Amino acid sequence: MSEPLKLAVPRGALFGETLDVLDGAGVDTSELRGDSRSLIFETAGMTLVTMRPSDVPTYVEAGAADVGITGKDVLLEQSDRPVYELLDLGFGRCRMVLAGRTGSDQLDDAERSVGAMRIATKYPRIAERYFESTGRQIELIEVKGSVELAPLVGLGDGIVDLVATGRTLEENELEVREEIVECTARFVANRVAHKLRAAEIDELTEKLREASRR
Amino acid sequence: MIHPIPPGTRDVLPEEMRELRRLQAALIEVFEGRGYGEVATPALEYDEVLRRGGGRGDHAAYRFFDEGGELLALRSEMTVPIARLVATRYGQAESPHRFCYIAGAYRAVSPQRGEMREFLQAGVELIGAPAATGTVEVIDVLEAALDAAGLDSAVIGLGDADLYRDLLSEFGLGEEALDAVLARLAAHDLVGLEEELEAAGVAGEQARSCLTLSQLRGGPEVLEQAREHDASAVARAVERLHDVNEALGSRPGGHRVQFDFGLMRDLGYYNGAILEVYDPAVGRVLGGGGRYDGLMKRFGLDLSAAGFALDLERVQVARVEERRRGGGVR
Repeated sequence: MSEPLKLAVPRGALFGETLDVLDGAGVDTSELRGDSRSLIFETAGMTLVTMRPSDVPTYVEAGAADVGITGKDVLLEQSDRPVYELLDLGFGRCRMVLAGRTGSDQLDDAERSVGAMRIATKYPRIAERYFESTGRQIELIEVKGSVELAPLVGLGDGIVDLVATGRTLEENELEVREEIVECTARFVANRVAHKLRAAEIDELTEKLREASRR
Repeated sequence: MIHPIPPGTRDVLPEEMRELRRLQAALIEVFEGRGYGEVATPALEYDEVLRRGGGRGDHAAYRFFDEGGELLALRSEMTVPIARLVATRYGQAESPHRFCYIAGAYRAVSPQRGEMREFLQAGVELIGAPAATGTVEVIDVLEAALDAAGLDSAVIGLGDADLYRDLLSEFGLGEEALDAVLARLAAHDLVGLEEELEAAGVAGEQARSCLTLSQLRGGPEVLEQAREHDASAVARAVERLHDVNEALGSRPGGHRVQFDFGLMRDLGYYNGAILEVYDPAVGRVLGGGGRYDGLMKRFGLDLSAAGFALDLERVQVARVEERRRGGGVR
């Protein structure tokens, strides 16, 4: 008998809806909903491993998790990690945008007068690809935390960041200038597991497809 | 004093070296026992020679000029050098030719991903044997090699390199749309594939065919399931795989082959059957190969060909892991 399928579950913003869709697919998530500090949970027929969303592609690519759920933003930022993207789960919808200070011409001015915008972001590769594909030059500034802070204190002319409701932007007197891409949660699989555990993964994919459409 | 080596390269110390040598000896014994003579070719070739392999510009990651101004390159695999060797040294000889090798190859790596810039490959090339019989002989050698390596749980995925290019042409896609769809298929990005198909105007039954086929993998029963898709490209691919299945079935004992209509390989010279090797003990592909009937023509010889290469270091990892798990219990 083979080991149970390992599923990488993203903690953070996608956590609640991920558990809901897993429930809908018949996976018992009650233990994850408690206040346990554990990272690994055994359920009937499946091992659930919780982690940061941005670590999901790493674990799945290496086969440490057979399948996983994470945001399209994470997959786009780590597009060099070959994982199979099997399903758009539809929840966690948000937009990757270029934002600047509300009512300010700083972004346009920077492009005109110094030929490049200074863009602060947690998503350097998405930002780089986007500006390259639109034929503009930027100076990229990678930050790890609250990126909204950057233009307010003069680190960069604008930001590229993920926006769900837009409230954080508003509170920091920033506004959306361009929409880059829309992101939702995706179901991904390790390429070897996808071949060797085809029946189990196909079955889970179908259950998740139905659960996510409910 | 620490003197670093470039990332993606490594030293091998005696204990591991002994293990590696044992593995290599076991593989060479299998290859030679089936009439595949071992060859060595230079790690350095003229860039122009390696470029004939085609592919997406990954024929050589490391290129430089020699003292005479010639552009040289480090090989990224062994199939193209052996095609060159056969055309040059065996052009007049009677085929088929059977060669095997254990050789270092060189590829570009992404940083901090555990990928190797220099890695060791073991493989065979069968040149001058037509489809089905040639393909089955190569699968036969590969199965024996996996047995000899002690990879009891390893599986060979077998697909068809021409399927989607033919199918999408049949659906009337132009070159640009076709490449966009193929890129999604190769990445196995089903969400993106659905979007690209829609953008290319492929809808309804045809789009569903494409999506379903890319997920179709398993025993010989999937050949029957594939037949339900009404397109001559699918029928041709099924026919080719069916021939291989028949030939495999006529041998004694079972086999390790899983048919896979979603299989794509990114080297530019494949056509017809393509294969990949997986082991449940490791999350990465252990090796691959297939038919490359068009490659020899690029070197002036009209011969069909097939072969495979295993990544020896990954095979070694899988071996150790399978042993740890108690010899392939699943």
